[in-house]
Amino acid sequence: MTGTWSLLRLILRRDRLLMPLWIVCLAVAPMGYLSSIKAAYPDAASRQHFYDLNASSATFVVRNGPLYGSSVGNLLAWQCGFVPVVVGLIALLTVVRHTRAEEEAGRRELTGATVVGRHAGLAAAVLCACGACLVYGLVVGFGLAAQGVSPAGALALGLGFSLVGWVFAGVGAVAAQLTWGAGGARGIGIGVLVLAFLLRAAGDSSASAGWVAWLSPIGWAHRMRPFAGEQWWVLALALVFTGALVALAVALSARRDLGAALLPARLGRATAKASLRSPLALAWRLQRGTLLVWTVCLALVGLLMGGVGKNVAEMMRDNQAVADVFSRLGGGGAVTDAYLAGTMTLFGLAAAGYAVQATLKLRAEEAAGRAEPLLATAVGRIGWALAHLTFALLGPAFLLAMTGLATGAAYGTSLVPAALAQLPAVWVLAGSAALLVGFLPRFAAAAWGLLGAFLLLSLVGTALQWNDVVLGISPFQHLARLPGGTFSVAPAIWLVAIASAAGVGGLAALRRRDMPVG
Amino acid sequence: MAEAITADGLTKAFGSAKALDGLDLTVHTGEVHGFLGPNGAGKTTTIRVLLGLMRADGGRATLLGGNPWTDATELHRRLAYVPGDVTLWPNLTGGEVIDLLGRLRGGLDTARRAELVERFDLDPRKKGRTYSKGNRQKVALVAALASDVELLVLDEPTSGLDPLMEEVFRQVVAEERERGDRTVLLSSHILSEVEALCDRVTIIRAGRTVESGTLAELRHLGRITIDASLARVPDSLSSLPGVHDLSVYGSHVHLSVDQSSLDDVMRHLAEAGLRSLVSRPPTLEELFLRHYRHDEPVGAAR
Repeated sequence: MTGTWSLLRLILRRDRLLMPLWIVCLAVAPMGYLSSIKAAYPDAASRQHFYDLNASSATFVVRNGPLYGSSVGNLLAWQCGFVPVVVGLIALLTVVRHTRAEEEAGRRELTGATVVGRHAGLAAAVLCACGACLVYGLVVGFGLAAQGVSPAGALALGLGFSLVGWVFAGVGAVAAQLTWGAGGARGIGIGVLVLAFLLRAAGDSSASAGWVAWLSPIGWAHRMRPFAGEQWWVLALALVFTGALVALAVALSARRDLGAALLPARLGRATAKASLRSPLALAWRLQRGTLLVWTVCLALVGLLMGGVGKNVAEMMRDNQAVADVFSRLGGGGAVTDAYLAGTMTLFGLAAAGYAVQATLKLRAEEAAGRAEPLLATAVGRIGWALAHLTFALLGPAFLLAMTGLATGAAYGTSLVPAALAQLPAVWVLAGSAALLVGFLPRFAAAAWGLLGAFLLLSLVGTALQWNDVVLGISPFQHLARLPGGTFSVAPAIWLVAIASAAGVGGLAALRRRDMPVG
Repeated sequence: MAEAITADGLTKAFGSAKALDGLDLTVHTGEVHGFLGPNGAGKTTTIRVLLGLMRADGGRATLLGGNPWTDATELHRRLAYVPGDVTLWPNLTGGEVIDLLGRLRGGLDTARRAELVERFDLDPRKKGRTYSKGNRQKVALVAALASDVELLVLDEPTSGLDPLMEEVFRQVVAEERERGDRTVLLSSHILSEVEALCDRVTIIRAGRTVESGTLAELRHLGRITIDASLARVPDSLSSLPGVHDLSVYGSHVHLSVDQSSLDDVMRHLAEAGLRSLVSRPPTLEELFLRHYRHDEPVGAAR
């Protein structure tokens, strides 16, 4: 274990921005919920009504977990039902990033050849992830307690988040020993996370088989029972289980060589298919997996949101504050239309995330040195770029169509046109990302910042009723609110024109500049 | 067409760092041309300019009779390039990459491909992410060598190859040279490799050409090393023009001499009564080091 401390410092140095960022961003969520719950449900009667409505709704319980009572704390803990999943995901990715990804990139060899123990890298990554999760839990606990809820409940809620992080840090440590690539390790870890969520959901929504939720670490977070008779011993269970996972990872790591894996790498084709003969065919190979994952995930969210939509009508009728939030987010007209239109805005923003990712693949390929040998063949830069941009433009269309289909199927209406109406704004982001890749390749990731700004304007800005001029910066603000609103052609044409101009500008710059820019 | 590549006074700056500072390069059609320089001398930048990936700030370059920047895609059909640091797509197999790059260039000799895969001992079924550096290099080499092209541009192609595979690479390039239907630009800092394979070499330093010519011509510029046993050591030896690095051990002398002064020095040695004599022409290494050892450091990026 020699050298663990120095490796730990190396990790903290590399994550000095990322780690505080996720801790703060994710800690803001529960505090925001607390104030909005206090505002929306000021008295016991309104909270009781919320409880009656939601505690028995299978859809809501599947999504958020059990609702233990009608106090502010109970509502808060329930609203935070998704947080453990996110914390688990972050812990998992952190550990894989600092173990298998390092090994895959060959940097492990550099550090491994210095005076560090065999398991120092694994130990440092796990300690770092677990430490960050603990800090996060404490920040949430103390932050909420400072806002006047029961300190014991607040701490139980925060540490419940931490414990999921700990367990999935352990899962990440084991997964990192199993596969050749970091991608495979992430896949295994995320698979376990999805399984844990499903077990938790199955146990919570079943009357007779509630014990199933005990099989899931995510279920443990809920079974800490924050604000509902805290069960502190669940923490010990999580610690023991995490310890066992780490011990397993260490045992596996001791049995393998650096760079090797327990699951053998699968062999592929010795020659390429006849169809692999164009930049577009290559882009399809490189992009199809991402598109599939996005489609499946968003379609599942669509099914869930469509199902929730059925319950929403009643909730809206009885609570003006919630109705106000949704109508600001989405459109006018009936509250369900407003809810669905707001949902479509969320899907539009998500599809824009995919569009940005697909466009920035150009920069990723360039920076990794994979564009250079390709551009030294008869492939021109424009042809190469257009192959990937095809996915940035048509990928979101497919994604939104499928998501609209799923949402509509669950809700009982056709929502494909409403979803597709988001496309002009999505393309603005694809175009902007292409412009950045052309002009400022080193700062192309700023496209994510742009998306973040639009997200902030659409979600926070509308809720806080910011000035229309400010809100108008976001292209999503200019879209027709569907369903419920009327589609107008002019703004759509304007957005498409802006997207095209940005995209063409980006391509022109790409053709003129040096490749690769380091 | 006599010249496959000409570069005349190329300049290129990255910010304040000068990568190329008036670089000249001429590669005759059909020859294997060694492109020598230490890390950071500007070899890769030159190659990127010649491939139309980067635009030079000044100077002129032609490649296969065309303009490397404006005619890039047309010219790229006729050449194959192996970058110095090969990265492969993680989810494509080596075989798929070989076929893809070959097809994008406009043709692959499948019999030649099979032969090269065999000789380089490459498993084409493995995914890109699982190859070692040497194996990634082999994938790019097979893809280039099996392509049906007239010019090969190889940027430090043997970095990462083990000695056995380095030998295979030398054999393959030597065969190319004998057939004489391809031009090869071989950038390297491995001098023995260049000495074994190349007809002509260009040595660059800090973005500027310092020597260019056949090995014989370059040797002519260097100093001849002489070891001799003499009946008596003449005192005048150290004061002769053109004599360097003189050391005397009893009746044994070791010295290096400029080729222009050889005649004079030999006469002195003969007069002193020669018992034995070993003379050696300058190695490429000595030629190379001559330009780098005592010169002031010059900052330049690749």
